[in-house]
Amino acid sequence: MSISFNVNDEQRTVDVDPDTPLLWVLRDEMKLTGTKFGCGVAQCGACTVYVNGMPRRSCVTPVASLEGATVTTIEGLQGAEAEAVREAWAEFDTPQCGYCQSGQIMTATALLSRNTKPTDEDIDNALAGNICRCATYVRIRKAIKAAGAKLEG
Amino acid sequence: MTVMETVKPSRRAFLAGTGGLVIGVILPMKTKAQSGAEAVLGAEGAAAQYAPNAFVRISPDNLVTVLIKHIEFGQGPFTGLATLVADEMDADWSQIRAEHAPADASLYGNALFGGIQGTGGSTAMAASFDIMRKAGAAAKAMLVAAAAEAWGVPAGEIKVSKGVLSHASGKSGSFGEFAEAAASQTAPENPVLKTPDKFIYIGKNVPKLDTGAKSTGAAQFTLDVYRDGMLTAVVAHPRKFGAKVASFDDKAAREVAGVVDVKKIGSGVAVYGKNTYAALKGRKALKVTWDEGAAEKRSSAAIAEERRRAVQQRGVVAGEKGAVDDAAFSGANVLEGEYLFPYLVHAPMEPLDAVVDRGADGGVEVWMGSQIPTMDLGTIAGVCGVDQSQVKIHTVLAGGSFGRRAQPQAQFAKEAAEVFMAAGGKTPVKLMWTREDDIHGGFYRPLMAHKMRGAINDAGEIVAWEHVLAGQSFLAGSPFEGMMQGGLDATMIEGASAIPYEIPNFNVSAHIINNPVTTLWWRSVGHTHTGYAVETFIDELLDMAGKDPVEGRLALMKDPKHARLANVLKRVNALAGGTAAPEGRSRGVAAVESFRSYVAQIAEVSMEGGFPRVHKVWCAIDCGIAVNPEVVKAQMEGGIGYGLSAVLFNELTLDEGGAVKQSNFHDYRSLRINEMPEVEVEIIASNEPPTGVGEPGTPPIGPAVANAVRRLTGAAPRTLPMIKSLSV
Repeated sequence: MSISFNVNDEQRTVDVDPDTPLLWVLRDEMKLTGTKFGCGVAQCGACTVYVNGMPRRSCVTPVASLEGATVTTIEGLQGAEAEAVREAWAEFDTPQCGYCQSGQIMTATALLSRNTKPTDEDIDNALAGNICRCATYVRIRKAIKAAGAKLEG
Repeated sequence: MTVMETVKPSRRAFLAGTGGLVIGVILPMKTKAQSGAEAVLGAEGAAAQYAPNAFVRISPDNLVTVLIKHIEFGQGPFTGLATLVADEMDADWSQIRAEHAPADASLYGNALFGGIQGTGGSTAMAASFDIMRKAGAAAKAMLVAAAAEAWGVPAGEIKVSKGVLSHASGKSGSFGEFAEAAASQTAPENPVLKTPDKFIYIGKNVPKLDTGAKSTGAAQFTLDVYRDGMLTAVVAHPRKFGAKVASFDDKAAREVAGVVDVKKIGSGVAVYGKNTYAALKGRKALKVTWDEGAAEKRSSAAIAEERRRAVQQRGVVAGEKGAVDDAAFSGANVLEGEYLFPYLVHAPMEPLDAVVDRGADGGVEVWMGSQIPTMDLGTIAGVCGVDQSQVKIHTVLAGGSFGRRAQPQAQFAKEAAEVFMAAGGKTPVKLMWTREDDIHGGFYRPLMAHKMRGAINDAGEIVAWEHVLAGQSFLAGSPFEGMMQGGLDATMIEGASAIPYEIPNFNVSAHIINNPVTTLWWRSVGHTHTGYAVETFIDELLDMAGKDPVEGRLALMKDPKHARLANVLKRVNALAGGTAAPEGRSRGVAAVESFRSYVAQIAEVSMEGGFPRVHKVWCAIDCGIAVNPEVVKAQMEGGIGYGLSAVLFNELTLDEGGAVKQSNFHDYRSLRINEMPEVEVEIIASNEPPTGVGEPGTPPIGPAVANAVRRLTGAAPRTLPMIKSLSV
């Protein structure tokens, strides 16, 4: 089945099994490998992308549901919030193994896009769906706050 | 660009094609095979041999690439080991890059593993501190010699700072400019190393080398490796340990679009797809009948019961002193406790994976997060029927491990090689495990039962201590069997057979009871259970004796060899402002020496709905020289989060028929950000050689939380995870 949608500002058409989760289309077909597989059942958040601007678990999003949609992956993530997040990630040297960090950054950026002064509770609510087995949580929290402060100017 | 080198022809194949200059350094390295725990962990006992090492590459564009002999999966060797080289070279940090060294034990063996190449036991820094600094110092000496020759000045007059060579005459040049000329200089055999007061990067917080790529999606993990024409394979494994394929029906699987093949291999049935989804869908359609004749069919409850029965009697003695008999426990002030520790899965974020391809020379090329390359390489060569010299392992960044990727018998590498060969041995194949494969896949932290008895005399002194452990040994029958001594598995009794507390009558013994469930080291290994048992039991005994948990412990750490542990305990107590907690909360203490590092923690806990909430953890660590203090702190934070996840939530159970009950993160619950405490870490200033940090942060957190919970509830959680024992 042929499906057309926009990925990182490029119009793409793929011909795949319509049940195929977006995750595997991004990775296997488009070689956008920054989006990771961690659980396959929307439990860990490593596969987080944006669909029409909203965070979505690509591992449980059938590609057939995306006709005409706009998808953003970590490779295409840009803007003031993303820049602030990446700077803060560097400031605190947040990643350890790094495997979950694309998902963490996608989720953190989405949070800051709607709230530049997140409380601890806001951060917990937004990021609780993103597992980090290295437990970089302490630094994720600090980095999000620092990025928010930077955005506040 | 001409590639020049000074070293032996045997290294040429490796050096060719690197596109830059390699400075070869001849360094002494112990390569003699050793066995036994002492030999593995000790620095003595083996004859020194001399093997060439190549750790430093300088390219004409002035980049210095450091080859890292240990796998990077978050614990920091890329940054840490590169720091050692950069410091001795007086390089500029911005010119430093890191990449994994190839699989070649003759060059990159771990002296603390008896020379095999591998990462584990928190040894990367300890095993590299001298070698990497020597590599850096030798590289610098060769650059200086080259500049001296070019400028016609004595080498002693040349200064090096931030990657620039200079002379009072006004001449100066970069490392890149002299890289080629330096390569023809003779490497000094014993370069003089800096004294700690001269360190420029060691002990400072240089930015980590891998943060950038890990914030953009650019970092390449094994799952991200794609080869032309590559197939993706998933394997149907048995749900019961020890079961084998009896027969299978692949008709429906083969009908799935994109499925290209189905093959039986040693560990199950492999389904090959043109893409990942086809392989997954094909596996779902596959019907396998398992031969469960030799399988473990008991439940984990039954296995636990067997071990609980075993600890009622002493096992093989692991440590003893004075006399410990029943009479010692006949008085009024006696404490007895049984502990149960469940199977635990490592569950790294990236499940196991590997890519195998046929090399142009007829050999085999492999991309994987290889934690013991020596074992993986030998195993792959055997399965593929090629000489070891024809196997090229590209060690790739791995999405965590926590011990999982370090398999003494390379079972995963074997499966990857079998999957490749079963598909014809020509087509590149990526073997991918799903999270379910990971949770069901065994190699768990062993299920352990402990029984402890303690006695206090009328003067309030702890006078007797008896500790019996029972569980599986993953060393028995493995290439690491040499670490076993006198029927004891060192990795089972570590942290229990000797404790820092002076108790006149002391007896520790263990039973090894093996069964088909596969087990493995899990972040901090034996200390995951012995640290918990010892540190909760001593806490209860001190409480019974009316002693303060900090002062009471310190008073018992009489032997000077425990001075560093006593110090971290004092420091953490000062950092936390003591053990008194605000209303409704309690603070628990624990101190554990593991992997030659010393860590003490205080956890502040409250009970919410009958379950502990950990608000804050204070942590003091003495790991000798902290090469990168922020990496050390991050490892403490991570070790605390990882350990907390386990003691609060995690257990892997087998149902009545022996099948694993859990399957993914919904029922094998991982700690999430809302459950992560605030963490404050103090690193003890030290000029002692560096020791490990990847594991030592984990053991104290469980008992620190448990000790706080006991103060709040009056009951010590002795069956883990706490969600099981506290939420009934």
